[in-house]
Amino acid sequence: MSKSIEVNDLNVYYGSFLAVEGVSLKIEPRTVTAFIGPSGCGKSTFLRTLNRMHEVIPGAHVEGEVLIDGNNLYGQGVDPVLVRRQVGMVFQRPNPFPTMSIGENVLAGVKLNNKRISKSDADALIEKSLRGANLWNEVKDRLNAPGSGLSGGQQQRLCIARAIAVAPDVILMDEPCSALDPISTLAIEDLIEELKEQYTVVIVTHNMQQASRVSDKTAFFNIAGTGKPGKLIEYDDTTTIFSNPSVQDTEDYVSGRFG
Amino acid sequence: MTTAPATQAGPNRLKAKQRPGDRIFSTSTVVAGSLILAILAAVTIFLIAQSIPAFTAEPDDLKGADNFWVYVGPLVFGTIWAAFLALLIAVPLSIGIALFISHYAPRRLAQGLGYVVDLLAAVPSVVFGLWGITVLAPFVQPFWSTLVDLFGWIPLFQGPVSGTGRTILTVAIVLAVMILPIITALSREIFLQTPKLHEEAALALGATRWEMIRTAVLPFGRPGIVSASMLGLGRALGETMAVAMVLSPQVLISFALLTSTNPTTIAANIALNFPEAHGVGVNVLIATGLILFVITFAVNFIARAIVNRRKAFSGAN
Repeated sequence: MSKSIEVNDLNVYYGSFLAVEGVSLKIEPRTVTAFIGPSGCGKSTFLRTLNRMHEVIPGAHVEGEVLIDGNNLYGQGVDPVLVRRQVGMVFQRPNPFPTMSIGENVLAGVKLNNKRISKSDADALIEKSLRGANLWNEVKDRLNAPGSGLSGGQQQRLCIARAIAVAPDVILMDEPCSALDPISTLAIEDLIEELKEQYTVVIVTHNMQQASRVSDKTAFFNIAGTGKPGKLIEYDDTTTIFSNPSVQDTEDYVSGRFG
Repeated sequence: MTTAPATQAGPNRLKAKQRPGDRIFSTSTVVAGSLILAILAAVTIFLIAQSIPAFTAEPDDLKGADNFWVYVGPLVFGTIWAAFLALLIAVPLSIGIALFISHYAPRRLAQGLGYVVDLLAAVPSVVFGLWGITVLAPFVQPFWSTLVDLFGWIPLFQGPVSGTGRTILTVAIVLAVMILPIITALSREIFLQTPKLHEEAALALGATRWEMIRTAVLPFGRPGIVSASMLGLGRALGETMAVAMVLSPQVLISFALLTSTNPTTIAANIALNFPEAHGVGVNVLIATGLILFVITFAVNFIARAIVNRRKAFSGAN
């Protein structure tokens, strides 16, 4: 289930604009890795290159390679659709499909991957995924209610359930708690801790406490100035990054001296 | 909340300050809103008042029909049948064009195409009628005879085929072309409003472009597609010139699409017969207009009901 990610010298472009330059890092399976850094430093952009979601933006392209268990995502003939089935994603704002019920939302990805699924299998998968996202007890009596009727935190956990229902190898989270209240945030953080047992989790966050609470390793991104490309400044164990970073910029950032 | 709770109607109750701009604006919206109701009421009263004599009209005034309902029956059928066929052709095509413009075409092509479609809406219906007679009917006639030869055993396509190509199916195509622009333009706007978030959610689950459209765009746009189709249907139901010009009027109920005897529509029938109508005959024609009014109203009502049935899932909340 869980797979490693290896990124070698990756450049990301929007058209001719170099947005992220020269990122190389290695993420172990069954770990949580946090990307931190000031706004606009390219951490979300970089995260999106891990499942080729950046290609949704016209003109965005990359140089370099991203290996998931040794297979290059950007190799010849690799289908981005299949990449995204392996590497799931949770977005900044909860985005359950408003036209679907809670149950249908969980099954949305599965229905794409293999069209037919028996009623009993579907029910079992809904329960398993919602339990996996710590949402089952709250919604088990109203699986046919619209997904958009849930609270923000519940919606975000529904999105996580939807992502894990297709059994991906990696789960990417792009500031999953930035639109949520502290209680809901706590629920998601607990969930990330559990997801780690089965998946490789990569999370972008603006909240440094969150990074230090949930992650095993932390990557600090920064830009030299507006219009300059974002770079990976330091990548190390989370405890090292927050207690004893080797780069001055990192220390300034995590200690709150800028950003 | 340090002051004592004031009673609702108390003398000290705070009143919002009335500003002249607000007052003018709210008054003008109220006037506009009431005006539409007044106009609708005026039309309804006119139709009903003028229709009353028709319901007791003698066969002489009804072109030999026993009573009004026998007279109007085939017309109602023709109206609904022609509009239904037109909608059947136009809706899938419009959704296709709208999706192409909103999600597939390169931006520059999409813009140009959008203008062309809007331009189509500006063509007067007489022009469409002329086009139907002089271009489309001769053009489709060979296809219609092949259809009858091959599928004549299906009642819909039964012979004998019309020699001129001026059949109800040809009319339906003309009507479809006429209602295409409005359905396309509205659908396109709605598809463009699909939240990026939902499109990305589908793509991130591993949806292909088409699957993304099916999971995120079409369900989100469904109420809009229904509304757009109803506007198109309204135009098709009431369309006069194109139908009157292409079809030679007959009064019958027949599902056959390709023969030379075709049911005509209420609007076309009024247009063709009004100049020579007199006495109760005029009332009869107005009464058919009332029936058309009721049909259109019912269709819109049903469409509203369909849209409201799944309101909680509309994405509006």
